[in-house]
Amino acid sequence: MQNHELVIIGGGPAGLAAASTAAKLGAECLLIDEQATPGGQIYRAIDSIPEARAQLLGPDYRAGLELVSEFKQSGAAYLAEASIWNLNSECELGLLRDGQASLLKAKHVIVACGAMERPVPFPGWTLPGVMTAGAGQILLKSSGVVPNNGVVLAGAGPLLLLLAWQYLRAGVRINAILELAPARNFWRALPHLPNALLAHHYILKGLRYQLQLKRAGVPIFKSVSNLRAIGTDSIEAVEFEYGNNVKRIETPLLFTHFGVIPESHLSRCAGCQHEWDASQLCWRPLTDEWGNSSVNGITIVGDGAGIGGAVAARHAGRLAAIESARSLGKINTQQRDNIAREDRQWLKDDLRIRPFLENLYRPQHTLLSAPKDKTIVCRCEEIDAGAIRNAISAGHRDANQIKFFTRCGMGPCQGRQCDNAVSQLVSHELGLEMGKEEPYRIRPPIRPLTIDQLASLQGEDKP
Amino acid sequence: MMRAEVIIIGGGLMGLSTAVHLGLRGVKSIILEKQSSGRHASGVNAGGLRQLNRHMAEIPLSMAAAEIWKNIDALLDSHCDVQLNGQVRVAENEAELLTLERRVEELQAQGFHHEQIIGQGALYELVPKLVQGCVGALYNPTDGFARPFHVTTAFRHKAESLGATICSGVEVNTIEVNGDGWKVKTTGGEFIGEKLVNCAGAWANKIASIFDEAVPLTPKAPMLMVTERLPTFLKPVVGAVGHKLSFKQMQNGTVIIGGAHLANLDFEREKTEIDFTELKTSAKTVTELFPHMGNVRIVRTWAGIEGFMPDNIPVISPSVKVSNLFHAFGFSAHGFQLSPIVGRIISEMVLDGKTDLPIESFHIQRFNKRLYADI
Repeated sequence: MQNHELVIIGGGPAGLAAASTAAKLGAECLLIDEQATPGGQIYRAIDSIPEARAQLLGPDYRAGLELVSEFKQSGAAYLAEASIWNLNSECELGLLRDGQASLLKAKHVIVACGAMERPVPFPGWTLPGVMTAGAGQILLKSSGVVPNNGVVLAGAGPLLLLLAWQYLRAGVRINAILELAPARNFWRALPHLPNALLAHHYILKGLRYQLQLKRAGVPIFKSVSNLRAIGTDSIEAVEFEYGNNVKRIETPLLFTHFGVIPESHLSRCAGCQHEWDASQLCWRPLTDEWGNSSVNGITIVGDGAGIGGAVAARHAGRLAAIESARSLGKINTQQRDNIAREDRQWLKDDLRIRPFLENLYRPQHTLLSAPKDKTIVCRCEEIDAGAIRNAISAGHRDANQIKFFTRCGMGPCQGRQCDNAVSQLVSHELGLEMGKEEPYRIRPPIRPLTIDQLASLQGEDKP
Repeated sequence: MMRAEVIIIGGGLMGLSTAVHLGLRGVKSIILEKQSSGRHASGVNAGGLRQLNRHMAEIPLSMAAAEIWKNIDALLDSHCDVQLNGQVRVAENEAELLTLERRVEELQAQGFHHEQIIGQGALYELVPKLVQGCVGALYNPTDGFARPFHVTTAFRHKAESLGATICSGVEVNTIEVNGDGWKVKTTGGEFIGEKLVNCAGAWANKIASIFDEAVPLTPKAPMLMVTERLPTFLKPVVGAVGHKLSFKQMQNGTVIIGGAHLANLDFEREKTEIDFTELKTSAKTVTELFPHMGNVRIVRTWAGIEGFMPDNIPVISPSVKVSNLFHAFGFSAHGFQLSPIVGRIISEMVLDGKTDLPIESFHIQRFNKRLYADI
C-alpha cells in the first residue's frame, strides 16, 4: 500500500492553500482532485480559461490564479482526475484513476471536498430543463456554454445573483429572477447586520449586482412561494405565488439555487461525527478551531466543514496545514501558533458575514420540511413524499429506517439528493428537534466503482 | 413499570417472531430492543430463504420454515416480497459435483428429499449468464429470497397487532428474580414478567452471562454489496461449492452479492468498516463466475453485526441454570430463513414446556467443559 505523510482531498481554495502551506512547512504531501486542473468549483478551469471569459466571470474568480500558481510552485505532489471512493477511520483511502482502483494510506488526511448545492424537492424539479444554478455556472466556466432561449433563475442565495449578473454580462436573456426567501428573513438578518458590515465588501457586491440587473430591466420577483415547474416531457413554464396571485412565466429552462451545504459524504463515510447546523440547515462535521474532526488524523476544512465561502476556505486550509505539520512533527506548538496568527484573524473577520447571509437567504421551512405528497424526494428511486409519510406512519422513525423501508436514498447518487430532505421531513412529521436522529449512514464506495475495478484493486497488502 | 407474561430481549427477527407466535396463542409479551427493530443482522442481511446445504440438524427446522414462507401472508398479513425461484449451489468441476452427489445420498439416507442434483443443461437453463464450463449443481426449487427489512417490519406490525409491546431504545442493565418470574431493569425503566426469552443476537452473551451460562459466541460483521439496476438475467439465488458466494438479482434489477467476507468490527461502538482487501475477493469471484458483471457499478457496500457459534448452528434452548428462561441466538448468518419457525418453537417451549421439532443439537450446554477447553 502506498504511504504518504499528508493526503489532501480536493483542489479548491481550501485544498490548494493547505497543500502549498504544508509543502512549505516540509510535509510530504499529495493533493488528489477529481478535476483536470486545480481550482475546485469556484475557480474551475482558471488555469486554462480564455481571457475574455475570465473577464466576464469577474475579479473574484480571477483571484484564484494566485492560489493556483502558489500551489504549483509549492512542491506538493498533485494527482488530477482521480476520485476518492472511500476513506476510513484508519486514514486509508480508496483511489480510482484511469480505471485503476488502489488503496493508499496517510498519516494525516485533510478533507477539503467543498460544498454542493442544497437539493430541494419541489413539484417538477426532476423535469428535463430544470437544473441547478451551479450546473449552469460549470457550463459557463468550463466551456462557455450559455442558454440561448432565455432562462428563469429561482431560489435564494448569493450564487443566484452572481450567476444572473454573469449571464447579463454574457448577453443571456433572463426571463425572470424569482427570490424564494421569505420577506421576514430581512428582519431575521437585521440583528446580524452590524457584524456583517465589518465584512461590508460582500454586501456592497450583492447590492451592485442587484442594481445592475434592475437597470438592465430583468424582472425580479421577491418573496415568491409555491414554485412549480410545469411541463410534460420537459419544462415549459414556471408557476409561483407572488403577493396573492399565481403567476406563470413561459421558459424552456429553469435554474434553481437554494444555497450550498457541505459535501459531507466522505467525512461521514470515514465515521467523523456530524451535527445539524440549525443556521445553515445542513449536517456539518464537528471540528475544532484547526479543522480536526472526531476521528484521529482526519481534518476537514473549507465549505465541507460548514459554509464559509472561498476566502474563508483559503485561510482554513492554511490553518489545517499548519496544524497537520505540527502533528507530523515538522513544527512545534509554539511555531504553529505564531505561523497561524494572521490566518486565524482573517478567518474570523471573513466569517462575520455568514450569520447575516444565512438568515437573509434562509429558505422557507415548508419548502425544506414539508414537500407535497406527490413531489418526488428521491429522484434515483422515484420515491415521493407521500411514500415517506406512509413509512413514518408505519413506525419508521429515522432517516435510515425510512431508507431501508422505502429504498429512498439507495440509488446511484447515494442519497446525496434526498439526505437532508428526508431528515427534515421525518423531524417535521414527528415533531422532533432536527439533528436528534442520525442522518443516512454513508456507505462506500462514495464515487463510482465497478466490479472489475474492485476485483483488480491494487495496494491491498497491509502496511 | 410495565408487566407482561413474557419479556423478550432483542427486537430482531427471532424476538419478533416469538412475540407473534405467543400472540397467536393469546399471550402478551414485551420486547426490549436496545436500538430499533432490524437495526443489525435482522434488517440488513442478504435475505436468502435457503434450505439448501444446511447443517443436518437444521434441516427439519428449515423445511418447516419453508412451509411457512410459502404462505407468509397467512402468518404476517404481508407478502414480504417473497420470491421463491430456487437456490443453486454450482459445481465447477467433477470433483465438486461428486461432493454434492455424496451430500444428496447422505440426505436421502436420512429421509430428506428436498435437495436434488441437476446436470449442466438444467443449470444453464436456470442460470444462463453463468460462466461456461460448470458441470452441475445442487438445487432446491422451493428456496428463494425476501426483503429483510420488510420482513422485520411485517413481523413487528403483526406482533403489535396481537398485543405485543415493543420498547425501542431500551437497553437491559440487570435482571433480578422476582417471585417466580423476573424483574428486568433497563435504561427505560423496570419490566416484570413470568418468563424471559433471550433473542439478543450478537449481544446474547451479555444476557446469558448474567445467568453464568455464556457460550463461545463471536460477533462478526459479514459484508454485502449491491449493484446498480440491471435488466433481469437471473431468477434463482446462486452459490458455489468452490467459492464463497451468495449472488441474487432482486426484483428491481439490483444484484446483491455476499460471501461471508468480514468487515472490521468495533463491537463496543457497534461500528463496522468495510475491508476492501477482503471484498476484492468477492468481486473477483463474481467476475470469474459471471463475466458479464465486470462493468457493473457497485452502488453500496455494508456489513451487519451477527453472532456466530463455533459449530455454525444456533443456540435454541431452555436455560440449564434457571427455570423460565429461554435462549435463541447465534444463528451464524443463516437465521433469516429459520425465523418464522424459531418463534413458534420458543413459544411452545415457553407455553408447553416442549416442542415437536428436534432441537437437541442446539442445546446451550453443548460447549460445556470439553469444547470450552479448546477455545
